[in-house]
Amino acid sequence: MTAHADTAAETRMGTDVSEPVIAVEDLTTHFGQERILSDVNLDVRPGEIMVIMGASGSGKSTLLYHLLGLLSPTSGTARILGRDIATIGQAELTRLRCRMGVAFQGGALFSSMTVGENIMLPLQEHTDLDETTMRIMARMKIEVVNLAGAEALMPSQLSGGMAKRAALARAIAMDPTILFCDEPSAGLDPIVAAAIDQLILDLRAAFGMTVVAVTHELESAFAIADRICVIDGGEVVIVDTVESVRACADQRVQDLLNRRVQVPEVDPDAYLHRLTADLL
Amino acid sequence: MSTDGTDTPPGPLERIGRGAAARLAEIGYAATLLAESVMWLALGSFRRQPVHISQIARQGMEIGVLAVPIVTVLALAIGVMLAIQGIHSLRTFGAEARVTTGIALSVFREFGPLITAVLVAGRSGSALTARIGTMRISQEIDALRVMGIAPVRYLVSPALVAMLVMLPLLTFWSEMMAVAGAGLFVVAELDMSLLTYLERILDATRVNDVFHGLGKSLIFAVLVTLVGVVNGASVTGGAEGVGRATTRSVVQAISLIVFTDMVFAFIVTR
Repeated sequence: MTAHADTAAETRMGTDVSEPVIAVEDLTTHFGQERILSDVNLDVRPGEIMVIMGASGSGKSTLLYHLLGLLSPTSGTARILGRDIATIGQAELTRLRCRMGVAFQGGALFSSMTVGENIMLPLQEHTDLDETTMRIMARMKIEVVNLAGAEALMPSQLSGGMAKRAALARAIAMDPTILFCDEPSAGLDPIVAAAIDQLILDLRAAFGMTVVAVTHELESAFAIADRICVIDGGEVVIVDTVESVRACADQRVQDLLNRRVQVPEVDPDAYLHRLTADLL
Repeated sequence: MSTDGTDTPPGPLERIGRGAAARLAEIGYAATLLAESVMWLALGSFRRQPVHISQIARQGMEIGVLAVPIVTVLALAIGVMLAIQGIHSLRTFGAEARVTTGIALSVFREFGPLITAVLVAGRSGSALTARIGTMRISQEIDALRVMGIAPVRYLVSPALVAMLVMLPLLTFWSEMMAVAGAGLFVVAELDMSLLTYLERILDATRVNDVFHGLGKSLIFAVLVTLVGVVNGASVTGGAEGVGRATTRSVVQAISLIVFTDMVFAFIVTR
């Protein structure tokens, strides 16, 4: 973790820097009969940027959904700010979620609302602030993500990069302790992607929040991460600093970093069976 | 997968069994949604998460006020049609002057609630399915949940209240329009004065008949809302999935409305 992140984390009020803000222990989950995550263990420290990285279908998004409490594990726990998010009651879950901000891959902005209304929604639902104050706060968040002038735009009028920024603005509306980003720079051109990466770093520096980003974009991961968690086949391969991950000898990590396709060995009999079993 | 765990396609019995299980699961989900909606309406304020009046009003505008023109046109046409058929049938017995009794009973007990509910199912039930389905595939429902906003409180409860208020009001309006439409034809065809027509309609209509129709419209309101939400929440597969769910929602809602109407008619005429 960088010195800057340390400072930001330690100066943040009400957070015990010695305790991980996210603690995943032996988390296993299945979809039907298929095991998607196997005994995942992961700690995220206050103020750090943890990037969860893996190929498509590796289980990284599933892990994120567990951290958000949108899925329940088969076994194991995901503790967010000291609470097991899968088992706490509705009222406590709501309070916990007020301390979490999430920027979804496609933005998930409410299409019937303007950008400003999207950002104001969590404030309207969870605070007693008057309308004017909420508007000012929404405009502040819009300024933070460099979207000045977009308050009255509808989501359909935004470009991909603008939608990601608007989603980030909504995610930080409640000044969360933890910011989750799902594929923050996916689908963007390199310049806009780099701008989003920089924005995430700026947000951490400004607000001292812990950031968990899920991505398969190598450049983005290396640009923002304090530590990287590499997932393959539902298993955590390594959780370490960028340099250590780069130096990791594990074949799966090197395949991911060097974009090598893992071609499974072909069993001739199984191949023939797949082609003809239901036809002959 | 069949029961023996091989890759052979399921047989007809297995398909029927799976279909029945899926329908039962949907009924259970609908019941849960209804209970949760009522819970949020009753206890939301105490939990500092009220169902907002502004959202109910917005839904009410969409479901009720904006539907008034089409309900008016449709009800007028049905009223004229009832008068034409009634006079034509009763003329055989020389009793065409009694057509007002038939119009009053059929409009207030059957046609008003039925036609209005079918129209609202096609117009607002389908819109509810499309809205929730689109929100689901674009992760807006997940976004609500991670913001600590219960989707049922935010999306379903306002729609349920708006439907419960607006469908009876629309039903009453359509009944008035159907009576008016029938009146126009009866007055012209039978040389009956408008005042006489209205007096006969009032004579033939009991308060019970009106409440019978409005009571049914409340049940239809719950059905249309739940069918719309259940189908919207089950959307998979992108835009094509939204289209499929919307069609399914309309078909299911209309089928349930007609079937419930039949059961209701059977029970109250015993």
